[in-house]
Amino acid sequence: MTLSVEPDEMGADAAEGPSGPLLSGGEIVVQALADEGVECVFGYPGGAVLHIYDALFRHGALRHILVRHEQAAAHAADGYSRATGKCGVCLVTSGPGATNVVTGIATAYMDSIPMVVLTGQVPTPVIGSDAFQEVDTVGITRPCVKHNFLVKDVNELALTIRKAFYIATSGRPGPVVVDIPKDVTDPGIKVPYAYPREVRMRSYSPIEKGHSGQIRRAVELMRAAKRPVFYTGGGVVLGEASGQLTELVRESGFPITSTLMGLGAYPTSDRQFLGMLGMHGTYEANMAMHETDVLIAIGARFDDRVTGKIEHFCPNAKIIHVDVDPSSISKNVKVDVPIVGQVGKVLEEMLRLYREQPAVSGTDTALAAWWEQIAQWRALDCLQYDRTSSTIKPQFAIETLHKVTKGDLYLTSDVGQHQMFAAQFYGFDKPRRWINSGGLGTMGFGLPAAIGVQLGHPDAQVACVSGEASILMCIQELATCMQYGLPIKVILLNNGYMGMVRQWQEFFYDGRYAHSYVDAVPDFVKLAESFGHVGMRVERPEELESAMQEAFAMTDRFVFLDVVVDPTENVYPMIAAGKGQHEMQLSPSLSDRELA
Amino acid sequence: MRHIIAVLLENEAGALSRVAGLFSARGYNIESLTVAPTDDPTLSRMTLVTTGNDDIVEQIKKQLNKLVDTVKLLDLCEGPHIEREMMLVKVRAERRDREELKRLVDIFRAKIIDVTDTSYVIELTGATHKLDAFIDTVAEELIIEVVRSGPTGISRGEKGLTI
Repeated sequence: MTLSVEPDEMGADAAEGPSGPLLSGGEIVVQALADEGVECVFGYPGGAVLHIYDALFRHGALRHILVRHEQAAAHAADGYSRATGKCGVCLVTSGPGATNVVTGIATAYMDSIPMVVLTGQVPTPVIGSDAFQEVDTVGITRPCVKHNFLVKDVNELALTIRKAFYIATSGRPGPVVVDIPKDVTDPGIKVPYAYPREVRMRSYSPIEKGHSGQIRRAVELMRAAKRPVFYTGGGVVLGEASGQLTELVRESGFPITSTLMGLGAYPTSDRQFLGMLGMHGTYEANMAMHETDVLIAIGARFDDRVTGKIEHFCPNAKIIHVDVDPSSISKNVKVDVPIVGQVGKVLEEMLRLYREQPAVSGTDTALAAWWEQIAQWRALDCLQYDRTSSTIKPQFAIETLHKVTKGDLYLTSDVGQHQMFAAQFYGFDKPRRWINSGGLGTMGFGLPAAIGVQLGHPDAQVACVSGEASILMCIQELATCMQYGLPIKVILLNNGYMGMVRQWQEFFYDGRYAHSYVDAVPDFVKLAESFGHVGMRVERPEELESAMQEAFAMTDRFVFLDVVVDPTENVYPMIAAGKGQHEMQLSPSLSDRELA
Repeated sequence: MRHIIAVLLENEAGALSRVAGLFSARGYNIESLTVAPTDDPTLSRMTLVTTGNDDIVEQIKKQLNKLVDTVKLLDLCEGPHIEREMMLVKVRAERRDREELKRLVDIFRAKIIDVTDTSYVIELTGATHKLDAFIDTVAEELIIEVVRSGPTGISRGEKGLTI
């Protein structure tokens, strides 16, 4: 049923329809977001969404954050979601607005971040005519969304938005795009509005509880294990299961390692934590993976950056895999005990059964011997670096950051060496504190993500660790930070190179540094100042701590701290592509020592 | 190994492209794909034929199931089933070849559905290998055009792929 009435003021005097107030499509979008409990929308206006922006203006109560590039809207919504656990929302126009958010959508998709992206579209009668600012948004985004919709009828708008939030936030979360043609938001066409509380879809019903028989088998394996290890990922963070995980790990006394995405789900300062695993994981974590007899994988997806060469992955292990997404199971690595279900619920059940089952005799001594072996690997101190250097080592910069901020930051990062140094050296004792683009590896993510984090946690200390190459990819967001007075601190590890590219070129291309030297690095102090922020530069190790203290003392200012670091430092350990987990390249000071 | 997977999908715009996109994005083989609305107009039924080892086919089924538009699916090759494909063949049918072509049509239980002085259109339904056999039997120089629907199928017995 479509009712046509004159454009009308929204609010108290809005006409009442048979089942609710009469609203235009634009008003429905805004009201649906408000009814969904959305606190802020990251966006950028344009022709196809002008009706929605007008409704937003007149609604007045929904907070909108104006970014300076649509890519940043997606990253900010993503960062907001990662830090708060709520669904991120962004609103952009058709054509270039939509194509600009694609990188942000793909970033969220790879890391399973719940996000609803509203895109404007040209009016339905001209779809397919190559109209101004027309692209096939549903077609372009299809491979990098959990689902997407094109809404052709204003009567379906409210339900579609409700479905989008439901799909984005349930099961394995992910971004959902809702493409809305301009005529659907026409202020002249008003329909009865009621926001559906419940939505049921016969084609979509995420699994919640794990199979109890499989959970029992898993616990039996765990009880009989001699060299067990937990391997946990971003799914524990997304599933809010950090408490359950910590309880089970403590109860079992097993060692635990985490992926890049899972850091913080278990306190990294705890004795049972072996450090991150994978390509730049610790020696002890990767060796434990190689030698384990029972691997307990929880909310992790056996990514190639974790497994190394599949043929060498955990050669002696029975593998238990808990994941909410059935298609993650046995995708890259065959597992012995698959458990599909919500990580938190499965962990609770595991813990209950683990406490019920008697310990298998002999496993205590085996576990003690296993810890002894781990202690030997640990003694290697694989993350050591030159602490006497007269230049600032990037590792030292991150350690100093931890010291100055007492490990209590919400820390975002861009992509490259600085990201790995932050993951290795900052340490995260709580989930949702470490925010980075793991799966897609999107340079330019850090600054806009920090905007989302700061808006989600207005009183928290938020910092972005970046490099001089990554930061330039979304540098325009300095303006957004100014407009909303966001007191973010950028810690720039400035080595004058695309550090990770340079490292690979040094290792695998005989030092032919093809286009990895950034020849025209701007003066970041002046750059920050030109946007109205505070810019600082540090070049000597002994000045670093006081500079950071000064920066973080400015609690109401955005501070850009340009830290000049050693241009030739590399990230170690490293598992080169095609190598097994145990074939790590260690830092030069260690690599001449005999290794297992 | 060859698998025939039947999928019930929401009959929504874009559902077919999600399936096609999934196969190309993940590098899965797809031999044929047929789709049409069912007796319930809100549902489409798709039959797709794919090949791959057990691990790949397992992943294909999981990925198909993961699509939000997928209501249900069944790998017909997991149980007894019937497979049918329809083929239309236009052949040159000069006087000297007409009798032989008619004999072949009888043997294969096909039908001649269009006749001109110089051509026949033959309709033939059966499993894929039967259609292949017919093509192999007809002299190559007589074949003008071949149209195949791609296989579709149904399981044997009283159980059905319905909601």
